[in-house]
Amino acid sequence: MSMRITRAVALRVLGQLRRDPRTIALIVGVPCVLMVLLQQLFGRHSPVFQDVGTPMLGLFPFITMFLVTSVTMLRERTSGTLERLMTLPLHKIDIVAGYGVAFAVVAVVQATVVSLLALGLLGLDVAGPNWLVVVLAVANAVLGSTLGLFVSAFAETEFQAVQFMPAVVLPQILLCGLFVARDQMATWLRAISYALPLTYAYDALARTATNDVSDVWFAIDCLVVVGSIALAIALGAATLRRRTA
Amino acid sequence: MTATAAITVVDLRVVRGDAVVLPGLSCEVEAGSVTGLLGPSGSGKSTFLRAIVGVQKVESGSVDVLGHPAGSAALRSRIGYMTQAPSVYGDLTVGENLVFFARVLDMPEAAVDRVLAEVAMEESRGRLVNRLSGGQRARVSLAAALLAEPDLLVLDEPTVGLDPVLRRDLWELFHRLTERGTTLLVSSHVMDEADRCHALLLLREGTLLAHATPAELRRQTGKENLEDVFLSLIEERT
Repeated sequence: MSMRITRAVALRVLGQLRRDPRTIALIVGVPCVLMVLLQQLFGRHSPVFQDVGTPMLGLFPFITMFLVTSVTMLRERTSGTLERLMTLPLHKIDIVAGYGVAFAVVAVVQATVVSLLALGLLGLDVAGPNWLVVVLAVANAVLGSTLGLFVSAFAETEFQAVQFMPAVVLPQILLCGLFVARDQMATWLRAISYALPLTYAYDALARTATNDVSDVWFAIDCLVVVGSIALAIALGAATLRRRTA
Repeated sequence: MTATAAITVVDLRVVRGDAVVLPGLSCEVEAGSVTGLLGPSGSGKSTFLRAIVGVQKVESGSVDVLGHPAGSAALRSRIGYMTQAPSVYGDLTVGENLVFFARVLDMPEAAVDRVLAEVAMEESRGRLVNRLSGGQRARVSLAAALLAEPDLLVLDEPTVGLDPVLRRDLWELFHRLTERGTTLLVSSHVMDEADRCHALLLLREGTLLAHATPAELRRQTGKENLEDVFLSLIEERT
């Protein structure tokens, strides 16, 4: 792995995004609008907004970054530039890591803006440290984008890539513990829940909301999220093929 | 195998789905020369070039490039490859594209100025690739292939859509490159470019019809026009 090439790829991806201000506006603006809707729908002091708001700070970035990254990576695959990159002296992981870094930078902006809005203007109360919420929201976004990188390998068109969102993301949201607590799930559903990375990302945010972060489970949550990001990057690199038919 | 072969291909067989693209191709490409790969569209030219740069899945046979099996890591900094469709980023400027590839190749920024001059695109450095014409895009793609001053340049139809003056300039560039020892393998479906090559590989339906210099082919077939040479070679076969 080369830092120079990872950096070059990350700067290039950010340069391309810079040319697409509408996408940036959507990435940052849409989660903000959704947070406002959530608060207005249930009310500022309602237990629903206060309970669901913090995990949502992670879920929105997770979803948008998954989509944006899988489509961007697919574009690289179909435009012929990936074929050129494969003839150059670089390691496959440099490409995937470069994408991961670029979208992590975008995620920092997105998660910071949405968190500031929710914790400030919208009056979301978090018992744990506020900075931790932002860090975890960024981690959620990075997890979403690395999963998107990996999944893009299985899509041949942008149409298919978009369809992977409901296929890969929605089951994780349903089973993460947001709608039904994990200890109330049927055993087989709980087993699936524990196998999905978003469960741990959700749990970490939920624990931060209730300042339950000195618990050993919080540490496990963080480790699993970081491990899932690393695994998704490795799988993403493994699905890049130097030789194609 | 001669000592001066930059590329040695033995019994290369490529199958895509149930179509045999290259049934078993053998040839050598001489180092320090311009070899033209000519043939109609669909004859397997791109597949052959992809096998040489090591991005094509091959069923059997061997491809040796600069003393290494095609696709070896050792070759990646020594080969410049230009794909048929310009493989550059449309949403970046010409300069941003080349700076990116220069960083990946660990080349100084001066290399960007050099290749922009070589393809006569200095004026367009700040323009978005998406706003360029097809021919200009192809030249950016070619410039990226020239960045690392590779020992072997594999160019898939580099002159498509270019005006005659630019085409002449590029062929002059190709010949200058051979003077510093670069080997070029250039595909084209335009017969009038064949005369600019030292050697020709005539490909049709995945089979090599001839491998000779333009002069030898004329002598062999008794035809002057290379289009007619190609036709009479096909007729000989059938």
